[in-house]
This record gives sequence, C-alpha cells and structure tokens, in this order.
Amino acid sequence: MPNLALLYLWILTLAAFGLFGHRVYRYVKILLGAHPEKRWDHIGQRLKLVLVNVLGQRRLLEEPVAGVAHLLIFWAFVFYASSFFWNLVCGLFPMLPIPSADQVGWMRAALAVFGVLGLVALAVAAVRRYFFTPPRLERSSDASLILVLIAVVLISALVGLYFRTSAPEVSRAMWWVHMVTVLGFLAYLPYSKHMHLLVAPFGVFFGSLQPGSVPAASEGAARRDEFTWRQLLSGLACAECGRCDRACPAFNSGFALSPKMLMHHMKLLVRGEAGGADGAGFIGDVVKQEEIWACTSCLACMTRCPVMNEHVPVLIEMRRHLVGRGDMDKSLQEALKNLTRYGNSFGTAPRARPKWTQQLQFPIKDARKEPVHYLWFVGDYASYDPRVAGATCAAARVFRKAGLDFGILHEGEYNSGNDVRLAGEEGLFETLRDKNLKSFAKAHFDEVVTTDPHSFHVLKHEYPATNGARSVRHYTQLLSDLILSGELPLRKKLGMKVTYHDPCYLGRYNAIFNAPRRVIAALGLDLVEMPQNRTFAYCCGAGGGRIWMEDPPVIKERPALTRVREAASLKGVHTLVVVCPKDLVMFQDAIKTLGLEDKLEVRELCELVEQAMG
Amino acid sequence: MHILVLLKMVPDVVEDLEIAPDGKALDLEYLRMILSESDDHALEQALLLKERHGGKLTVLALDAPEVDDALFTAAAKGADRVVKVVGMDAGLTTRQAASVFAQVIRRETGLLPADLVLTGVQAIDDLDGLIAPLVAHELGLPYLGILTRVSFDAPGQLVQAIKEYPGGVRGEFEVTLPAVLGMQAAEKPPRYVPVAKVRAAMKSQKIDCTPVPTLADGGRPAIEVVEMKRNEPAGHAEMLEGDPAQASGELCGILAERGLF
Amino acid sequence: MTGNVWVVAEQWRGHISEITYETLALGREVADGLGVPLTAVLAGCGIKDLAQTLGCADSVLYVDHPLLAEPIPELCAEALAQLMQARKPCALLVPLTNVSLGIGALVSIRLGNTAVNSCHDIKIVDGKLQAICVMYGGKIEVVVEPAGELAILGVGPGARPADKGRSERSPSIEEATVTLEDSRVRLKRYIDPEAGDVDLTKQDVLVAVGRGIQSRDNITLAEELAKALGGAVAGSRPVIDQGWLPLSRQVGKSGLAVKPKLYVALGISGAPEHIEGMKDAKLIVAVNSDARAPIFNVAHYGIVGDVLETLPLLTEAIEARKTASHHA
Repeated sequence: MPNLALLYLWILTLAAFGLFGHRVYRYVKILLGAHPEKRWDHIGQRLKLVLVNVLGQRRLLEEPVAGVAHLLIFWAFVFYASSFFWNLVCGLFPMLPIPSADQVGWMRAALAVFGVLGLVALAVAAVRRYFFTPPRLERSSDASLILVLIAVVLISALVGLYFRTSAPEVSRAMWWVHMVTVLGFLAYLPYSKHMHLLVAPFGVFFGSLQPGSVPAASEGAARRDEFTWRQLLSGLACAECGRCDRACPAFNSGFALSPKMLMHHMKLLVRGEAGGADGAGFIGDVVKQEEIWACTSCLACMTRCPVMNEHVPVLIEMRRHLVGRGDMDKSLQEALKNLTRYGNSFGTAPRARPKWTQQLQFPIKDARKEPVHYLWFVGDYASYDPRVAGATCAAARVFRKAGLDFGILHEGEYNSGNDVRLAGEEGLFETLRDKNLKSFAKAHFDEVVTTDPHSFHVLKHEYPATNGARSVRHYTQLLSDLILSGELPLRKKLGMKVTYHDPCYLGRYNAIFNAPRRVIAALGLDLVEMPQNRTFAYCCGAGGGRIWMEDPPVIKERPALTRVREAASLKGVHTLVVVCPKDLVMFQDAIKTLGLEDKLEVRELCELVEQAMG
Repeated sequence: MHILVLLKMVPDVVEDLEIAPDGKALDLEYLRMILSESDDHALEQALLLKERHGGKLTVLALDAPEVDDALFTAAAKGADRVVKVVGMDAGLTTRQAASVFAQVIRRETGLLPADLVLTGVQAIDDLDGLIAPLVAHELGLPYLGILTRVSFDAPGQLVQAIKEYPGGVRGEFEVTLPAVLGMQAAEKPPRYVPVAKVRAAMKSQKIDCTPVPTLADGGRPAIEVVEMKRNEPAGHAEMLEGDPAQASGELCGILAERGLF
Repeated sequence: MTGNVWVVAEQWRGHISEITYETLALGREVADGLGVPLTAVLAGCGIKDLAQTLGCADSVLYVDHPLLAEPIPELCAEALAQLMQARKPCALLVPLTNVSLGIGALVSIRLGNTAVNSCHDIKIVDGKLQAICVMYGGKIEVVVEPAGELAILGVGPGARPADKGRSERSPSIEEATVTLEDSRVRLKRYIDPEAGDVDLTKQDVLVAVGRGIQSRDNITLAEELAKALGGAVAGSRPVIDQGWLPLSRQVGKSGLAVKPKLYVALGISGAPEHIEGMKDAKLIVAVNSDARAPIFNVAHYGIVGDVLETLPLLTEAIEARKTASHHA
C-alpha cells in the first residue's frame, strides 16, 4: 500500500476508534457509577444464555420471518466483523507476514456465502420493514441508514471478492469502500440504536437468571444515578424492535405505557438527553406517572425481548420512588392502607378471613392448632371476594374427597405481599411476609399448597423455608402429581370442549404449563388451545397491583375483554378454564361487560375437578 | 410558627364491636384502636401548613393501644416532635380527655406557645363533648369547627378558614390567632407514607412521654352510663330474603306495587 | 328536677331549621314528662317574627344582638350561658347540625357541666332524664344519665317527626339581653354551592351509593338503576371525597337534605352523618353486605347481600317488568 494510503488508513482508523472508544468509555463510566447489582454469579448458566440467545438468536426466531433474516444478518456480521479486523490489521501493519482474509480459501467461501445470504436477509428485512411494517416498528432514518450501510458493506466485499483476480483495482477500490464504511459505522455506532450490536451480548450475559424477581430493596429510582447499572444497560441494549410493545397488554389496551418507549427513554437518560442534567425531571417530563402505573407485571415484554431487557424492574424502581412520595391514585392508596392495617386489600377485619368456610358442610382444620400435612394458603381474593367463594369451597371439597390432610391458617393468614411488591411498597411487603412467617412458625405442616398463583410465586421464591425444607406447590401441580400416581379419584369424564388461560404467575413466571393441562386431560375435557397460549398467554390485566387501581378514563379495551373475545372466538368452546382467583373475577366481569353470558362461561378448574369426582 | 396537633385513638369499627359483660362498655378483647379519622385530617392540614409556611409541628396524643404507630407515622410524615401522655386509666371520656390535653399543654415545656391547635372536629366515641371546643375554653382560645380549609394569607395574627354548612353551603371565616380549630377534612386527603419510612422513624425518632395530670373530678365522669348495647336494626326494615336474584325480584315487585316506576 | 326545659331554636339565614321542630317535639315530651314548662330560646338579630313559629313551646326567650346575627357557636354559647346562669333551666336541648355543633360543649364547660352528644331519644326514669345516644358510626346505642341539676343534651336529626314540633299556637315571647364582646371568630361570607347538573332535592327517586360501590366504574351500574327508575344518582361523603361524584350529589350532614319518594341506599353503612340527609325520604330501601349496618334502622326494606351482585339484578328485574307492562 502506498504510504499516503497507509497514512489515511491510520488516520481514519484512529479517528473512528477514537470516537467510538470515547463514547463507549463515557457509557461505561456512567454504568460503573450507577447503583451496583450482582450479576457475576453462575457464569456457566450465563454463558449458556449467550449461546442460546446471542449465537442461537432463539427469541428472535419466535417471529420466524424476521428471526431467520436476523439470524443470517447476525452471522454474516460475525464473519464480516472478523474479516474486517483481520483486514484492518493487515492494512495497518503491512509488514506482518499474515495473509489477508480474502487470501484464505475457506474464509473467501464463508464471506461469499454469508454475503449472499446476508443480502437476501437484508432484502427480506427491508421488505418486512417497509411493505409489511409490523406494529410498533418505527421506520426511523437511523434504521434505514443501517440497512444501507450493511448492504454497502456486504456488496462491497462481494464485489471485491468477485473482482479479486480479474480487476484488482476494482477490488482495491471496493476494499477501501468496505473499510471506510465499516470505520464510519463504528464511529456512528454509539449514536444509533445499533449500539445493541455491542451491548446486547452483555445484556444477555448479565441477564436475569430469574426474570420474575424483583430488584433488591431500595428507595426507588427517578434520576440516572438511582438506577442500577443493569437497569441502565437495558436502555443501551434496546434495538427498538417493538416485540415488547406487541406483547404488552397494557399497551395494546390503550394505556399510556409502551415498554419500547420506556427503554428508549432509559437510553436517553443514560446519554444525558432526558430529564435535565441530573435526570431529575425524568419522571414527570419524560416518563409520565400513568405509564409507570399501567404495567400489569405480566412479564410478556421481558419474555419476548431478544436482548433480555428488564422493563419490569425499571418500572418497579420508579413505582418505589412514587410510593415514597405518596404519589399514587386514591384507590391504590386505600388498598395499601388496608393491607397495612388489616392484612387484606378489602378493608375487612382479619377475623372475617375464614368466614367463607361457613359455607362448607365440614370444618377446615386450623393448622395453627393441629398438625396437617398440607398447609393451604388460600389468598385474599379467594377468601374475601364473594364472587370467588364458590371456587374456594369447591377446592376445599376436592381436597377432602381426595383424602388430603389439609388445613388453613384462618385469621393467621395475611396477603402474601406479591402484588404489594410490584406496586412498589417494599416495606409493606416485608411486614406482610414477616406476619405470615410468624404464623407459619406457629403452625405444623409439611408442605404448602395454594390456589392463588400470585401467592404461589412469592411463597416459593421470596419466603425463606421455615422448620426445614418445604415444598410450595400450586394446586394444579398437586392434583397433577396425584393423577400421575393414580391417587385422585375421578369418576366421570366431562366430555366438553374447553379452553385454558395460562395465568402469568404460573406460566411466564414459573414455566408451569403442563400440570394444569394434565389435570384438564384427566377430566376427559377436550382442550382447544387459545391462539395465545403458554408463554404467549395474554394477561387478564389484574396483576402488578392494577386490580387495586382505577383505570384511566380513555382506553381502547381492557385486557380482560380482549382475552375473553379470544376465548369466545374458538368454535365449539363455551368454557374458559382458569386457575387464578383474579382471572376468575376479571373474566366474569368481562363476559358481563361484553354481553357474552350465553356464549362463554368462566370456570375454575377445581370446580370441574369436583364435578369429575362425582 | 408552631402548630400543635391533638390526636385521639378510637375503636376501629371495621371489627365487630362487642359489649363487655357488665353491659356498660365495649368489650376490649377483639377491639382494635385506630386514629380518629378527622384527627388524621387535622394532621394532614397541619403538615400542609408547615410545608407552605415553615415552622414547627408538634403532635400530642393520649396513650392507647396502637398509638405509637400513629405517632411514628406522624413523625414519618413530618412532625418535628411527638408526645404521648401516659399513666392514665383506660376509657377516658371526651370531657376527661380534653381536660388532660389542656392541662398537659399548659404544663409541658415547648407545647406553648402555639399559633394553632388543630384536631378533628368530632370522633366516633365522643359521648360527653368535643375535644376542640373544650380544650379551646380551657386554654382561653377561640374555637371554630367543621373546617375544610385553613390558610394564611401571610402568617401573622389571622387565619382564614372554610366551614361546612348544610346543603353544600360553605362559610368563609377569619379567626384571630392563637386558636383551636376542629377539622372536618383537610384540603387534600391524608397522605400516604410507606411502611419503610415509618419503620425508619421508629428508629430515628423518640416519643416523648409525659405523665397524666390529676383530673379535677377525681376521674369520675359527670355522666353515668346506664347501659350500652349494639344497635341491632331490630324490626325497622323488612328484610327481603333469598339469593340476590330472589330478593331483587321481590323488591322490584314492591316498588311496582307502589307505583314508583 | 325543677326549672324549665329549654330548646335552642336553630336559625340560619333567615329560617328556623327543620331540626328545631324535631327537637321541640322531643322537648315537649320531656317537659310534659317532668311537669315543667318548655321554653324555646331564639338568638339572632331582627328575627323576632320567627319566634311565632315556635308555638310548640310554652314560651320563647328571644335574644336580639347584632353579634348574634350569624349563629357562631362561641357567641351563641356565651349568650346561652348567661341566660342559663340567670334562669337556671333543668335541661337544655341543642340541635346537632353543622350550624349548631359545638354550642353544647361550649355551654357545658362555661357552666361547669357536661354535654351529652348525639341523643336520639330522651326518657324520664325516676324523675331523672336518661338520654339514649348513638356512637361508633351508629353501631352502638348507649343510655346515659347526666349527673347534677342541669342536663345539656345534643339532639341529632330525626329524633322526632318535625310536624310534631310545629304548632299553630302563638307562644308568649319574652325578650332578654346579653352582653357580648367581639368574637375572635368572624364570618366574612357564605359561599353557595355551584348548581350541579341535577338538583337532588327535586328528584322523586334517588339511587345513592356509598363505599360499598367499591370503584368509580361501578357507579354506571347505579346510573342504570337510576335511569330505570327515572331518578338520579347521589352519594355519601366517602364517594364524593374520592372524586367519584361531584359535590352537588352529596347527601348528608354537609351535603343536601333530600326527601324523595324513593331512596335506594347501596353500600351505605348508615352513619348518622348520612342519615341526617335522607331520613325523611318516603320509602327507603337499603342494600348492604353487613347485616348489622345501621342503615337498616331507617330503611323500610333491606337486602343483605353483595351490592355489586344485587344492583344489576334489580335493574334487570325493573326493566323486565317495565317491558312486560308496556306490552300488556
């Protein structure tokens, strides 16, 4: 290479790397100065996450067309990035006795193959982006520019390869086009959403090994320096693909919340472009309070996000901040006050908690007074809400008929605290948990079973086991195990078509999909799956404390209504089976609102089990 | 500016109230005490005034079950000093409580001078009087009650207050300070303070305890309770039986018969 | 007991309040029971002609003073205390409304006596007065005997029918004087409420909701019932405080007093402050999940059940009945 060209190359390289390095260094500094968070544990598991999600692009493949295209572009990029560095080193240090990438046979072949595949994938991606635009995908100039740059990179390399021997000046020219484009891309990278190229692998590596967990106790966050580095990283890793928005029940119902915009705002916050110099105006000017409260904590966004962004923890931190200021709607405040004072959100005396048992023909053991095998943690809605009492009693009768030795804590049970945490009142959660633990310590039992998925989740993950190891199961898991061991006496086959709603706290949070289905099958029911089932199940809208909050005046359609419509659309299906008291209440109301009482009814699974037991 | 807030704990009626065996008082077994609702509003109004005009806020309460929680909550919300009167018999009547308040206010250092004494206008257990006017008289201060707004144009000798009258009418008043005011409702609903902040207040702030003064009438109230009983709705309403569908059907029939629709 | 029975005649903005007549009716019974005269005490400025309406009493003690033009508790109490020290009645009945609240307590402490709150009945046992009062939001009834020669009793609304306290008779009117200083409490002006879209006092049917309606959204259920019955929706204080209904829809002590043909109380516990506003409705129907709710003391018909379940069923039943009779 002539010396002038070498000089230009050095100048360009230093400039590009310099700009790139400077920007990246600033980001790293901001992240290092943020609140700490432990994400260096279980390195093996984390590497596996990278293998599956970065190299394997697993989540992207959930949208097959875009997924395959992106997989090809990704691998093309890997090869081309490697070849770029290889070529750059060769170019900067011509005295080194190493061949350039295009001088090595197999590398040439790989570059050609991936180049062509990459261009095809780019074409598919462009067509999807511009002619079949998925909802919530913004056709920003940033995105268009990237497509063009990648195309130029690939085309220049392919053309260069093609003319390698036949027209070396063309090949040389293409080399320069290629290198300059990539160097330019490198310098531009930290200013575009394509930072995700760099950040996403770290996002995945440092991803949450327990996506349903809530951030460590804190006073909440409103300014940049109050978030943790992992929460800020989510902003930088976001590729603005819109999968989270497409999955979000709040967003799709017309609430103010867009998980994607939330991540975008976090990105701006990290860059210092939102909420003023210190980010003090972040909540209020940039992120509105309605957005923060709109989340139902269904986890759909985080389950779909290819870069493992953490939308829900960010919202919880902001909720904690608002709760600290006492800034929340009156119904939520009322619910929290009731929970603090009476241990339930209804404002009813604790003594009234076991009143539902009066509807039964038999007494239920008090686990505080006599030993039982199963402690049945009933839950607030199942105990206090008259609309759920029928299902709770059915569960009691099922347990009894199954010959289970069970008891409840009567007035010694308090709200499990799950939704209180999601609402941002961490201190109240601790109080409720400690009250429950005190009751547990006084009681005698071997295992815990619950009919409430919200309680199940927090009992299993956040309540330390007392008096030795304890298993916590949802009742569907218990029934499923009894069915497998032949111990559940089922006499009838209920031959009807039903559909099943996977509750967020069994499904996405705990990957419990098969146990309820096994029970449904054992009852002789013909299960017609909802179009959105398993990890794609659409939340009823009650989670995250939303059941305690007022809905904003103008929304398109509440999540429960959308979900009920989905169920009602299934041919021949007149029963929607649920296994969560909140689902029961939300869907019953939705059916009434939509006037679908003749088409569809909601049944708790235990009511059907009781029927099948004869 | 110094604002003094008087708090009283009252029985929480969310629990079923039972009568004690002697038939003259409430059964204490399941009884829980809660801060009187209008006292909570008085505290909120005081906090709002402190936020707007600065100054000091002292809270004074009589010892009762769960009063510590109420006092620490007040501290977490922004009260500078919380004081509790201890050592008295349970079951003081309103008249006796007012007397205790007034004497403690005069005796205890730092409670006077106060520009404003705020308390709830009424409590659900007021049988023989109301705290605010009785304390006002004993302190020689003016009294105005059933207030929904208290404001200063500029802190000084006068305060403006809005009083509730029937039919949605309101009266705009001017009161010369110092004064005792009975709040019906604060300008804003009582604020929420997270449990974590109350716990922090429990660690960082102390409740000053002061002993109860001797009562003039030897602790005997001037009214005698002959009998206390639950107000059973005996025989007034005709109760319609059956499940909701049946009962509402029957009611519909009754209304139709009377030509009400 | 010697000495008259006195009833404070509440006057406000040029009228004698309804509750004055209720209290006079009760005072009449007490006075007759004790065998002593009944005196109505009317304090104001230039309202002597109002004294004519107080004929249920044997005599009216009228006090005219410019500072008594508006019923400010401190001044009223001072005037009453002076009169009582001079004339020594055996009992003073004070109406308990927003206008007169506090007078009883202030008079009592000026005279070294005790005032009893929220009486809704007075009995005479062994020549002594026993007051029957309600406490704890109307859930507890307590019978008390005031000690001493003077009983100061605060009488809540609805103790007796107002008509029993009205009379065609002209009472004898005696004028008295009191010495009053400028009060440190001064009324500047009244603020009348803004007219709402609906005047509740003119409705034949009111469907009122309380805490039991649980959320703003559920109020549409009440609106449907109101529509079916040709009425309007009202609310108790907690509902207005939450912002679910405007102030113009508040019924109760600090809201409106209504007398519709039908009052449907849904999820309203029936605390005295609310009862005050609707006790004179012709027909009162209550739905509440608490069988012990005090609302059932004033209701004519009651349903113990879940408001949210019962309400739509009732609306449905009424609609069905209307369609049926329409076709018939």
